[in-house]
Amino acid sequence: MSILVDRSTRVVVQGLTGREGTFHAKACADYGTQIVGGVTPGKGGTTHEGWPIFNSVREAVDKTGADTSLIFVPPPYAGDAVMEAADAELELIVCITEGIPTLDMVRAWEFLQNRRSRLIGPNCPGIISPGHCKIGIMPARIHKEGAIGIVSRSGTLTYEAVYQLTTRGIGQSTAIGIGGDPIIGTNFVDALELFNRDPHTEAVVMIGEIGGNAEEIAADYVKMHMRKPVIGFIAGQTAPPGRRMGHAGAIISGGKGTAAEKISAMEAAGIRVAKSPAVIGETVQAALGVKV
Amino acid sequence: MKIHEYQAKGILKRYGVTVPRGEMAQSREEAEAAAKSLFGAGAPGVVVKAQIHAGGRGKGGGVKIAKSMEEAGEIAGKMLGMKLVTQQTGPEGRVVRRLLIEETLPIEKELYLGILVDRAEAKPVFMASAAGGMDIEQVAEQRPEAILKQYIDPGMGLEPFQARKIAFQLGLKPQQTTTAVQFLSGLYRAFLDTDSSLLEINPFISCTDGRLFALDAKINFDDNALFRHSDLRELRDITEEDPLEVEASKYSLNYIKLDGSVGCMVNGAGLAMATMDIIKHAGGMPANFLDVGGGANADQVTHAFEILLSDKNVKAVLINIFGGILRVDTLATGVVEAARKTHIQLPIVLRLEGTNVEQGREILRQSGLNFIVAETMKDAAEKVVAATGAA
Repeated sequence: MSILVDRSTRVVVQGLTGREGTFHAKACADYGTQIVGGVTPGKGGTTHEGWPIFNSVREAVDKTGADTSLIFVPPPYAGDAVMEAADAELELIVCITEGIPTLDMVRAWEFLQNRRSRLIGPNCPGIISPGHCKIGIMPARIHKEGAIGIVSRSGTLTYEAVYQLTTRGIGQSTAIGIGGDPIIGTNFVDALELFNRDPHTEAVVMIGEIGGNAEEIAADYVKMHMRKPVIGFIAGQTAPPGRRMGHAGAIISGGKGTAAEKISAMEAAGIRVAKSPAVIGETVQAALGVKV
Repeated sequence: MKIHEYQAKGILKRYGVTVPRGEMAQSREEAEAAAKSLFGAGAPGVVVKAQIHAGGRGKGGGVKIAKSMEEAGEIAGKMLGMKLVTQQTGPEGRVVRRLLIEETLPIEKELYLGILVDRAEAKPVFMASAAGGMDIEQVAEQRPEAILKQYIDPGMGLEPFQARKIAFQLGLKPQQTTTAVQFLSGLYRAFLDTDSSLLEINPFISCTDGRLFALDAKINFDDNALFRHSDLRELRDITEEDPLEVEASKYSLNYIKLDGSVGCMVNGAGLAMATMDIIKHAGGMPANFLDVGGGANADQVTHAFEILLSDKNVKAVLINIFGGILRVDTLATGVVEAARKTHIQLPIVLRLEGTNVEQGREILRQSGLNFIVAETMKDAAEKVVAATGAA
């Protein structure tokens, strides 16, 4: 069915009163997600689109019983917003914001250690359990409830993968965008562990990209622990070295972090890697066919 | 953002990091004047260093030693305006516009120091190696044990014992320890204060008389943090960048010029890379990477289009949008505006999905412009490659 979020999840939106915050909070609420209020420092006590606005996350939690935060705060303040949410002891923090300074995330990451909150993102589309709960910016209508877990460093490429599955009649249990930044909360291994334990997830699609070695670490995990088929794709096979391909984390540096290295590590771990982004759906279908 | 060596050294100096005496020069006369003052201050020789945003300058002929003011002037005269080709510049090379004239020093040992943020540990890490002056990536590959990694607790900073550990690892003498600790602490403070993504001293030298210097210095800044560093933004040298990329950055667009003939406009970095990949699969070559980003407005899309089309190699355009934060209707409005404004003659293949896709398609239909509509990525890639005549 789902990991991390469901119909009972209560979400407070940090940055609800902004343009993107408003648009996407409404879209999440339309999907059935319980959006219980917003946080905008200085606008506490007002309402916005019918939602109560609070000055602090702590206050929002006390008054609404929120257990999850969705962050649309602009980059200069987003690291601080993550820490504030963690300080309010939320279970889950989903940070959509793109462009947070790396050293701000270093601080926030440190702050999250020994605290109970799980962070998804930043620079990510969020998390959706189709038919149950959407906490993020992904277009809802392309999803379909089902048994495939998706974890991805890229937002729009996740949509592409979901779309290919849905048009083949294959539904998704939960899709998590872990984000394209060098420093992120939930990583591939965390998500794979959750999917491995989830009785409703039958197979997992893992979408990586050039830069870093998160895919290689995930491949190790898959080899050692994963009991379900994993299908992969790596974006950036044609990316030139030394250039930052949009995402702060997507860069081949010193000959490391290439798509070829990642694909070979994944294949060595038994992951079926789609060679072209157009065949992610087909590859999943083939993997499920073998399993049956 | 990258800066020049002389600029990096200027920053480091403010943090008490010792750098050789020297001056930046943009003409033969300035180079001679700088050399004269260095010789006058007792320098045994000067080194003329080409300032370009790429490494490997020594091997490419961009670093030369002069024994007199006249020789320095002569070298400078030849170096300024020359096209310097190094391993990192590509075959087209870079025109040398600025030089750094520095004193020579009695080098005993060449060492390596670097600071960056380790992704997996989410901490800054100091890297140190006694194998300085060499390509550190090669060292990392062939002798990873030769590189010491000292992770820094971001809440605490570089502690003196950690700095001493690095100094001893590098084989510095006991009497150099205090200076080394100061040097390393200065580097770390500079890294933090400037929001660097990479700070590299290669080589970090120990002189025969015991003094320590940053003989070379490279600092890259975190682009995402530049909003809070107006002084650092001024160090940008746009002559070192591709003009189209400079234009794109004005509108917060992520554009990277490549060599192919299929212009691409995509939202999201991952999908943009995947689009490049699939164009290659379909037998074409991407002319660029272009991520219009999550929150793009019609104006940005228009500019993106203009930038794409000003690349004369582009024979056809593929627009692949999967709208999440970026709504498809916004994109469509921008594309129609841009197509009208630029009187585009090239074939445009559009593949649109996601938020407000129906409204977006309607805007395209009503525009009366002749777009080629594709259903899937594969379909789009094949259509655009066919349109370039390459398939």
